[in-house]
Amino acid sequence: MQSRREFLQFAAVAASVFGAAGLASNPGRAFAQQKLTQDDLLRFDAKGQVTLLHFTDVHAQLKPIYFRPPDTNIGVGDYAGIPPHLVGEEFLKHFGIDAGSAYAYAHTFLDYEALAKTYGRLGGLDRTATLVKAIRAERGEDKVLFLDGGDTWQGSYTTLKTNAQDIYECMKLLKPDAMTGHWEFTLGTERFKELVEGMGYPFLASNIFDSEWDEPAFEHTSFFERGGVKVAVIGQAMPYTPIANPNWMFPEFSFGIRPEVLQANVDAAREAGAEVVVMLSHDGFDVDRKIASVVSGIDVILTGHTHDAVPRAVEVGSTLLLSSGSHGKYLGRVDLEVSGGKVVGYNSTLIPVFSDVIAPDAEMAAKIAEVRAPYEAECNRVIGRTETLLYRRGNFNGTWDDLICQGIREVRDVQIALSPGFRWGTTLLAGQDITIDDLYAATSMTYPNVYRSEMTGAQLKDIMEDVCDNLFNKDPFLQQGGDMVRVRGFTYDCAVNAEIGSRILNMRLSDTGEPIEADKTYTVGGWASVAEGTEGPAIYDLMEQYITSKGTVNVPDERTVNVVY
Amino acid sequence: MKFTRRETFAVAAGFVAFGVAGLRPTTASATEEDAMKAVMEFAGGEPQAGRISLTAPEIAENGNTVPVTVSVESPMTDADHVQSVVLYADGNPNPFVITFNFTPMSGEATATTRIRLAKTQNVIAVAKMSDGSSFMDKKQVKVTIGGCGG
Repeated sequence: MQSRREFLQFAAVAASVFGAAGLASNPGRAFAQQKLTQDDLLRFDAKGQVTLLHFTDVHAQLKPIYFRPPDTNIGVGDYAGIPPHLVGEEFLKHFGIDAGSAYAYAHTFLDYEALAKTYGRLGGLDRTATLVKAIRAERGEDKVLFLDGGDTWQGSYTTLKTNAQDIYECMKLLKPDAMTGHWEFTLGTERFKELVEGMGYPFLASNIFDSEWDEPAFEHTSFFERGGVKVAVIGQAMPYTPIANPNWMFPEFSFGIRPEVLQANVDAAREAGAEVVVMLSHDGFDVDRKIASVVSGIDVILTGHTHDAVPRAVEVGSTLLLSSGSHGKYLGRVDLEVSGGKVVGYNSTLIPVFSDVIAPDAEMAAKIAEVRAPYEAECNRVIGRTETLLYRRGNFNGTWDDLICQGIREVRDVQIALSPGFRWGTTLLAGQDITIDDLYAATSMTYPNVYRSEMTGAQLKDIMEDVCDNLFNKDPFLQQGGDMVRVRGFTYDCAVNAEIGSRILNMRLSDTGEPIEADKTYTVGGWASVAEGTEGPAIYDLMEQYITSKGTVNVPDERTVNVVY
Repeated sequence: MKFTRRETFAVAAGFVAFGVAGLRPTTASATEEDAMKAVMEFAGGEPQAGRISLTAPEIAENGNTVPVTVSVESPMTDADHVQSVVLYADGNPNPFVITFNFTPMSGEATATTRIRLAKTQNVIAVAKMSDGSSFMDKKQVKVTIGGCGG
């Protein structure tokens, strides 16, 4: 029997050893010598009997991509200044990563464009397949659990056109042991169920209930024997799916965090003999940091949704929390040593999937080519070119969304454009062509209509305050996991630490500098409304028209939101 | 409370259409003081904490039909049982929501219903016991416009 104190002592030792030797120095040095290899990326001090591999939020990206990490990722209250709310140099310092190294490029925005040219794209499901197969071969399949955290079946042209058949077929080849989800539901209940029924591994969700009877809608727990250890995996889907996404597409389901249900399921798993309890979660990082402190008995939380990438698992009490990024950029790994029915040691890492270093797996590469074949020509069709970096991720703005808002303002002839604070969407470097693939990586969805409406200043402020509270409420259980709604046409100050109703200040029209007045009416355009029957052109059609008409786009990285602390 | 699915979603769609109509109720709302006054009247004094637990979502998926569950620890014997539980919503035009009555024959004091919440507010549950004592639990439920989750 291991006391909690002993566990923590052991964990501290494991983490410090790992921090010094395992993370940055070996691959970092190797890369400095211009010879980072697949073996360097796979090098790991394997531990114990169980290996967990975590893959999440790929957003249907089959091919390697650029993805610029955020320069603004603010935490509030008890969550300020700790992972994942560290960016740039603070991030490098906290995790002991050398500036300019391959790992600095994978994890931070610093010198992003220059390093992108050196280190290239990350991801690609065929590269991930190589890593998964190599780890399964090295450890033995009987020791490895491969878990898909969801937001898998949305986010690309081919996924939109095939109703996710493309990414679904590819993921099946990787043989995950379980999955949970979020955007999957925006395929609609019927298609979602059809895919789940045929996939050959369970969709797990402790927190999805039938909305009529309030009965569990899915299996919540799967049990596995790995390395002679009984492991329970409990799924947790995105708790606010029916609020952040159109509930009318999946009215049969009610979600929520439901920590009391989770506790009951953890207790039941222990009762059934589980020596290790893993939560495969789409809650987001801060929600799960809180879960680790209010639900007892979870050994490891593999979290997604907020697209945070931490180079190694974070300890919260006696729970390990790993968040494995997004868009296929990383593969998360946690090894567990189990003795006497308890976790007594671990090692963890997040492997950046450097696409130029890792050999593509032939079987997966062939499958990707097969599913893309009918669309390949269209996917590669060039609609324009960008002279500046186009990226999305960040709490308040990104140039991709600035471009989208410009397009909405011009094509829909509105004073104000709003673009949702999605965290999915890839990056284009200055000088790159913009292809259909690139456009759909930023806009692909099943409720794409761009509305044109009139709103009063008071209504605009209410929307801004509401979305801002989803991001900066000091209680993570009230955070929905996206970034702030993007705005073009007015500027504002954001007091992130204030309460709802007092965060959005000094709203002024960009063109004239006039204050936005509560009872005045403004024309507003936006996309991804959760309301049924929203009318207007699809965002990807509107933006194809806009980019084509411009030929070349140039979007300076302007900051129109003044953050007040 | 009975909404057909079609009615519920018609209302929900109206509520979230471009975001805002539901946020500014035109009727006057109850206040926390109004609700606490009603609580004190029902309980005959200040209720204690403990024994009763109220389960409600942190954020309502649909403010028109918010599932809430109350349960009270009690042996439910003739000598010691829960007589009634009242729910209040302190931001609705009328804070009183519902009374559940129990007898020892109920076996356990648990009830679930769905309630309508006009805006973000506290839901309050008060249990009155057979010995005259009373217990209270309170949860804030956020009613949101609908976000842009990533």
